[in-house]
Amino acid sequence: MNLSLLILVPLITALVILFAKGLKQIRVIGLVGAVTQLSLATWLLKLYMGERASGNNDTHLFESNYTWFTTLHINYHIGIDGISLAMILLTAVIVVAGILVSWTMDKLSKEYFFLLVLLSMGAYGFFISLDLFTLFFFLEVAVIPKFLLIGIWGSGNKTNSAMKLALMLMAGSALVFVGLMGIYYSTNTFDLVQITHMGISVGVQKFFFPFAFVGFGIFAALFPFHTWVPDGHASAPTAASMFLAGISMKLGGYGCLRIAALMPEAANSYGWIIITLATIAIIYGAFATMMQTDLKYINAYSSISHCGFVILGIGMMNKTAVNGAVIQMVSHGLMTALFFAAIGMIYSRTHTRLVAQLGGLLKVMPFISTVFVIAGLCSLGLPGFSGFVAEMTVFMGSWQNPSGAYRLATILSGASIVVTAVYILRATGKTIMGPISNEHALLADATWNEKLAAGLLITGILIIGLAPFLINQLIMPSTNILMSPITKAITLK
Amino acid sequence: MSNYLYILWIPLLPLLSFVILGLFGRKYLSKISGIMGTASLFIATLVSFIAANQYFFVDGKVNGMYQKIIAFKYTWLEFSPNLSIDLGFIIDPISVMMLVVVSSVSLMVHVFSLGYMKGEERFATYYSFLSLFTFSMLGLVLSANIFQVYMFWELVGVSSFLLISYYFDRPSAVTAAKKAFIVTRFADLGFLIGILILGYYGGTLDIGLLIERLTATQSTPFISITSASFLGASMLTWGLTLIFIGGAGKSAMFPLHIWLPDAMEGPTPVSALIHAATMVVAGVYLVARLFPIFSMDEAALTIVTYVGVFSALFAAIIACTQTDIKRVLAYSTMSQIGYMMFALGVSKNGGENGLGYMASMFHLFTHAFFKSLLFLGAGSVIHMVHSNDMRDMGGLRKLMPITHISFLIACLAIAGIPPFAGFFSKEEILMAAFRANKIIYGVALFTAALTAFYMFRLYFSIFWNKETPIHFNNTDTNNLDLNVHSHGEGPWVMKLPLLILATCAVGVGFIPFSNFVSSDGLALEAHTDLVFSIAPVALTIIAILIAANFYKKQNAKSDKIAASLSGLYTAAYKKFYIDEVYIFITKKIIFPYIGQPIAWADKNIIDGFMLLLAKVTSNISVSIKGLQSGKVQNYALYFFGGVLALSVLFIYIWK
Repeated sequence: MNLSLLILVPLITALVILFAKGLKQIRVIGLVGAVTQLSLATWLLKLYMGERASGNNDTHLFESNYTWFTTLHINYHIGIDGISLAMILLTAVIVVAGILVSWTMDKLSKEYFFLLVLLSMGAYGFFISLDLFTLFFFLEVAVIPKFLLIGIWGSGNKTNSAMKLALMLMAGSALVFVGLMGIYYSTNTFDLVQITHMGISVGVQKFFFPFAFVGFGIFAALFPFHTWVPDGHASAPTAASMFLAGISMKLGGYGCLRIAALMPEAANSYGWIIITLATIAIIYGAFATMMQTDLKYINAYSSISHCGFVILGIGMMNKTAVNGAVIQMVSHGLMTALFFAAIGMIYSRTHTRLVAQLGGLLKVMPFISTVFVIAGLCSLGLPGFSGFVAEMTVFMGSWQNPSGAYRLATILSGASIVVTAVYILRATGKTIMGPISNEHALLADATWNEKLAAGLLITGILIIGLAPFLINQLIMPSTNILMSPITKAITLK
Repeated sequence: MSNYLYILWIPLLPLLSFVILGLFGRKYLSKISGIMGTASLFIATLVSFIAANQYFFVDGKVNGMYQKIIAFKYTWLEFSPNLSIDLGFIIDPISVMMLVVVSSVSLMVHVFSLGYMKGEERFATYYSFLSLFTFSMLGLVLSANIFQVYMFWELVGVSSFLLISYYFDRPSAVTAAKKAFIVTRFADLGFLIGILILGYYGGTLDIGLLIERLTATQSTPFISITSASFLGASMLTWGLTLIFIGGAGKSAMFPLHIWLPDAMEGPTPVSALIHAATMVVAGVYLVARLFPIFSMDEAALTIVTYVGVFSALFAAIIACTQTDIKRVLAYSTMSQIGYMMFALGVSKNGGENGLGYMASMFHLFTHAFFKSLLFLGAGSVIHMVHSNDMRDMGGLRKLMPITHISFLIACLAIAGIPPFAGFFSKEEILMAAFRANKIIYGVALFTAALTAFYMFRLYFSIFWNKETPIHFNNTDTNNLDLNVHSHGEGPWVMKLPLLILATCAVGVGFIPFSNFVSSDGLALEAHTDLVFSIAPVALTIIAILIAANFYKKQNAKSDKIAASLSGLYTAAYKKFYIDEVYIFITKKIIFPYIGQPIAWADKNIIDGFMLLLAKVTSNISVSIKGLQSGKVQNYALYFFGGVLALSVLFIYIWK
């Protein structure tokens, strides 16, 4: 299969949307495009697993390579491995869900859907790129729509949030760019596969790794560069919040993983810093969440905590932990999108997101409440949901590192599961349970599109949570290929 | 070895009923959901009995020794080639015994609830949660992988949460449910780290392999785990103690017991199932499951012993002062679990020295029956009186004869009066304690007397005492008062479980338990020593007589005693202020000194720094934007200035 289709479908969808008339046409086109993309991604999964089953052990499958700028050695080089395919599937699911929850977005609907689709196109391009420059190009494509989505359709202090988000992410991009330039000037190519083969000299690694890693880290809410997360998510409209947490933050995590794999010596020697920051993010994010009073802020801060696990797994630099980090990216994407969807549904009915003003919603909206509880249970790592699988894999992986300091980091991160339980149960206990206020007593439950969106995300969460061996079959061979030379190199030293 | 794959149906049936009732129950199956849930569990119970029969009487024994059989194994989540969560089912004496206990008590509760919960709006939801719990508990007892135990452990916890908060519009129920979940979660953190430690040194998460490797004193895993130490204790001690913390959380051992009394906010049949007979003994079961490893480490066992014996005494003292009948029962549960714990703690592995292990499992077995009977009986009483407070009760023996007789039997059983079930198991525990440590024996004996006292205080206060007509607390039934008397003890579905459990409370003590369950799979000699039994039984009878004297007729004797013990009494009545300590730590320390500052720092320091950065950038750009004035003269000036500077550089420095 030609992977360019993954970019082409959103591109065509976006163009058709520009020519469509009225919300009804636009949303149908958006949905058709998103569903096509999801089917395409599923089909790709089938092809991919078929190739692997037939004994194809190449690092990347379905590769194609075209020259883009000869003089600068920039190629349009694309291909996927299990990790990028997992991300593509995640993106496809979230886009469908996001379009479904935006079903009644009647304010500038053409532009709104156009930007959503554009953002997804950037993400797909990012995940299939095997050329660092192309990767960077698509990263930028995914940033701009966010600014507009928040600035125009947002709520609260939206201008400020949009500015903060755009500036911080731009700063991240700039750092990434510096890092990539460093790699380019030492290897004279942008090609990921070639660079992996050649290796980068340790000196260059040590100097440029922090730029690239922190740059991507800003996208993945690396402490202390996470402050765009709460305001950005809180101000964004529902679908944009879902995209931000479900897709954008994953661009960062994925980027961090690729950079760490490209520069393993540097990643290993800066490992303690990465792990310290990740542990702080996990604990600090959890405690900060505990003090929030707005549902969206609760979810945004908890994202900081949960994304800490991604960074922690990557920082540990062993197969199990990295595997856990990838699962956590997928899991967190689905779960946070589900949470934001539920919060959006609640907000659109009650017109408040403040925990103190809500209560007893289970009585009038059993479906939405159940969705909320499921998202919460996934967040607090209940077995049967994806969060458990991801977090336990990260813990298991981190514990394999016998250094006392790393053990401490694992224990402290583990302690966050208690704090998570506290904030999730507080939020659930106050909004879903308890007595209901009279003004909310007559509200309606979810509509068909909302049910479909939630159902889709929950299915994803349950597939990972109930049958983790499936996602492991997809991811594990690739993390093994990615980490094997690195683990060897590090242990040899 | 014969095929035990059919035991898969035992957990699967409740799981199916959870899924079906959870998805469709509320809308389509509201009426028949109770019957469906009960029927599926009935089949599961039958299968459990078939499995127990096959294991204990047909083919479980090879050369006089009960085997450990792995009925099923599937790699569910692989972490690394050695470490993985395998979904596996282990068949050995204790797991089969637990299967029987869990499924039959759960069945009784299902049947009882048909009457007790009738007419509830969320009837189907109730049954689906009940099924979820039963599934998780059955999965837990069958687990062959320590991480699998942890998974079902968490699932049990969340089903407990869902059931306690069943009346979700009552803030007190929600608070209690949260408290139960969070306190046990905190303990589970210990469990998790314990698993990581044992898994790391053992190189496996499979319980069988783990036991094999960590009990062979010459093996590398054993040597490395005992030689590695942290803060003066070996990693084996750390691992086991941390796992025990997890167990202590679920089993409500001091100081992690605070959630159990509050958990009584849930519907009473739920308390009977979860907070009396099954989930709360999970901690005991966990220690028993890993007992061969525990027996390798004296320090960890000592901790188990002292936590157990202290909890037994502590809870018994509190139980003497409470007036909410469910809370009395909750503390008595805690106390009895304390018994089971210290019995394990004083035990050794194998042979005659494994008496404590056998006694603990035996007590777990008998306790499940009489304690669930007590709770269901209490449920019947509450159903009738519409109050939990024993001061609202009295003289009920005539109105509820069946409840009265079964409750009396259960009280005699828990007090340890022969020939009721509790007598046999408690004797074994006392015997094990007597052989190991006289002080523990003394405390256990005193606790046994206290148990008899508070149980009969409860019994006499409910069924004897003042002969006043019941006063109803619910105000909305003012026109139904006349009918209430005629609704009697409730429908037969509520009486039948009482009768069955009462029969068990009399009968199960006669099972030659030591033939079936022992620490090494070999039959243990049963020894009921009549002389040894004199002291405990005599003490118990004296305690019952005192209770009868105080509470059979309404009088002021008990108040006088309470007044003379004022300080101690108040402290016990206030549950020794443990709740207050926790509230102080969370509300006065964690929230204001950790949570608040972090939230503040995030808003002001970290975000403030980012804003400052933005401000500096914009200020700099404001101050240098004068350079781009657009005036050609200025540009010419900069140009020549630049040329000059470069020339100077070139001439003086470059050379």
